Amino acid sequence: MKRLQFMSIRVLQGIAALLVIATINFMLIRAAPGDPVSVMAGEAGASDPQFVAQLRAQFGLDQPLSTQLFNYLGHVVQLDLGFSYRQQQPVLDLILDRLPATLLLTGSAFALSILLGVVLGAYAARRAGTWIDSLTTVVALVFYATPLYWLALMAVLLFSIKLGWLPAFGYITVGSGMTGFALAMDIAAHLVLPAVTLALFYMAVYARMTRASMLEVAQMDFVKTARAKGVRPGRIQRAHILRNALLPVITLAGIQAGGMIGGAVLTETVFAWPGIGRLMFDALLQRDYNLLLGCFLVTAAMAVLFNLITDLAYTLVDPRIEL
Amino acid sequence: MKRRNFIQLSAAAAGISIAGVPMHLLAAGKKGGDLNVIVQPEPPGLMLGIVQNGPAQLVSGNIYEGLLRYDEKLNPSPLLAESWTKSDDSLTYTFKLKPNVTWHDGKPFTSADVVFSADVFLRKTHARLRASLAAIESITAPDASTVVFKLKHPFGPFMGLFETGTMPMVPKHIYENTDFLTNPANNTPIGTGPLKFKQWVKGSYIQLEANKAYHQPDVPMVDNVYFHVIPDAAARAAAFESGKVDVVPGGAVEFFDVERLGKLPGVSISTKGWEFFAPQSWLWLNNRKKPMDDVKFRQAVMYAIDREAMARVAWFGSAKVATGPFNSNIKFFSDKVKKYPRDIAKAKALLAESGYKKEPLRLLALPYGETWQRQAEMVRQNLSQVGINVQMVPTDVAGWNQRLNEWDYDMAFTYVYQYGDPALGVSRNYTSDNIAKGSPFNNVEGYSNPKVDALFAAGVKEPDPVKRGQIYLEVQQILLEEVPVAWLHEINFPTLYRTKVNNLISSGIGLNDSLGRAWIA
Repeated sequence: MKRLQFMSIRVLQGIAALLVIATINFMLIRAAPGDPVSVMAGEAGASDPQFVAQLRAQFGLDQPLSTQLFNYLGHVVQLDLGFSYRQQQPVLDLILDRLPATLLLTGSAFALSILLGVVLGAYAARRAGTWIDSLTTVVALVFYATPLYWLALMAVLLFSIKLGWLPAFGYITVGSGMTGFALAMDIAAHLVLPAVTLALFYMAVYARMTRASMLEVAQMDFVKTARAKGVRPGRIQRAHILRNALLPVITLAGIQAGGMIGGAVLTETVFAWPGIGRLMFDALLQRDYNLLLGCFLVTAAMAVLFNLITDLAYTLVDPRIEL
Repeated sequence: MKRRNFIQLSAAAAGISIAGVPMHLLAAGKKGGDLNVIVQPEPPGLMLGIVQNGPAQLVSGNIYEGLLRYDEKLNPSPLLAESWTKSDDSLTYTFKLKPNVTWHDGKPFTSADVVFSADVFLRKTHARLRASLAAIESITAPDASTVVFKLKHPFGPFMGLFETGTMPMVPKHIYENTDFLTNPANNTPIGTGPLKFKQWVKGSYIQLEANKAYHQPDVPMVDNVYFHVIPDAAARAAAFESGKVDVVPGGAVEFFDVERLGKLPGVSISTKGWEFFAPQSWLWLNNRKKPMDDVKFRQAVMYAIDREAMARVAWFGSAKVATGPFNSNIKFFSDKVKKYPRDIAKAKALLAESGYKKEPLRLLALPYGETWQRQAEMVRQNLSQVGINVQMVPTDVAGWNQRLNEWDYDMAFTYVYQYGDPALGVSRNYTSDNIAKGSPFNNVEGYSNPKVDALFAAGVKEPDPVKRGQIYLEVQQILLEEVPVAWLHEINFPTLYRTKVNNLISSGIGLNDSLGRAWIA
């Protein structure tokens, strides 16, 4: 019951936050120079006042800003994210088209980074002070400090161009007409480079955090007690130390999960992955207001959602934490 | 697979040496294959009558067709129109349409479609054509295969108006009495071209397939053309290098990559196919403001900039120094004009005479990639050397557009297509009646000279090519004296392609209408 109450309050808070975010985003975007009409007029290579006025009226940009804002919020409340005039499609359709690709990419990267990061961090903590520990730390530091963009291009250079093992761009082999299992394997092959590239940075973060956190927990009294009682070292590591050391990792994972969609812009760009990060980036460059706002709103909703999930995850890992 | 290609290739080679027949006819036995092309950036739409930017033309130029095609010397040849006649007073042009042409949905293409396209649809949606159509009194269709254009006055560039991107034919039966801009059919374009729209996976690729009912035998030779959307320039280069892409249109990879990629085995570079567009780059100088309002200052800028070095270093040889407002590929180009070789001393002297007080001037780079960025840095350095205080203003494309639209700049880079004829692509940048806020491609510098206005006005109405040549020579000479903008380069965008692709560029508009005419060995 308590949990249900907590959830409903959090959901209401989340909705309120989203509306505030939508308003702020709306104002921020309008503060940037240029509008969709000037971009389209520029792209056309020629235009005249008649054409420009016609487009402005079509986009609703000839109305006062406050009217535009209230119209927009009114629609958002009804889950209508508006129409992208540039792409001639409802914003929600455009986003839903792209969301699966992004979730697949960031989801795989997320799982991979946590798995590798925690295992690596735990291993290093257990071997603290040895050369293995040093090696792990250095590797983590290198991946942490390497720009994602450069890493992605180097991966393409090595695995696509030199070795020819993995495809360099896209999410399927275009024109192959594959279906079923073959298609799944094809997508998986295309997923490897972007997912691993995106995962390496976070893997480094998780590894460092897990290691530090485990070393800290290992000094605590209850660990010493367990040791004194003669609990097997392996069990101490897993059940006593790792479990307690995971709390900060979960906090970080929650933040990463919330920001994953936005964080995939670079990876999606380099690997031509047709996800929402790129959709957002293109919308920004083209001042496709409705689409950009829609993308922001969906990413913000994701962040709110993952925040909630993180809070619930705490209670699962550590029963002492109450909602 | 490899062996089959080899056999086909040798068969084709043998065929040529024996018969001397054009290659594309011999290729008749070798139909098939897919062509993978890069499109950059993703076009906003494919309805060529509405969306006019470069990427849209690259894709849609294969779907839609105009009445005529143009070779690299810009001579017209038949496409949807079989033949044409001109009246002696140059006021009436009669076109005979090719029989048995159908739209992609199977409906017949007739003169009614031509009248609808030119007189109704494009007048509403196509700003560049609308300006030219102002010279036309009426467009009528006496019968199903004849179209008559009656002009108000002789219009020199008239025969240059019928290329796919300038006057694409749109289907009347789909668009009549609808809101053109929001018609749902815009997402499934219907044309008469050699390739049909198949599907568009947004953010990933656009697929066109062969139009089996195309009105010319043995066209198209390919089964499918895939246009891949790859947003990052380095990733585009990698896609080509890894062999997944066959054609990289000009400007899609950075110029420093072109040379390297062109040396790969089985790869060629061509700079052809831009003759009609004839891109010309320059530096807008805001003539309304001090010190750019002084002709001496503007001349000093011309003398200060090292355009040779820029062509070599920033453009890696893919640009040629411009002599003035006309690209050397367009009609009536002349180099009998004042020249501006780099001369720092002269530039400094002119600056001193102009009374420029070192006030900071804002320079807008063109946010189209690293080549433009390097060029901007070189210009800033050149101008600083003669004592001009330059501040770089970073913008993105939307910001650049807006600042030029609102005339909120001091100096700004641009490049503009010239469309084969000075009346179509040059005069708009220098005549007084084209000073209007809202477009970055009209008379943005605010230059106004009644003599130039009169000459351009006379040039457009003059039917005699010799007299037109004299008029435009005078225009070029005046503009070179007054330097309303600082002309930089003729850009020769290089197309990278695999040599297995044949007949890739076969007209003055290059890739835009020729992919359906290419074949794969």
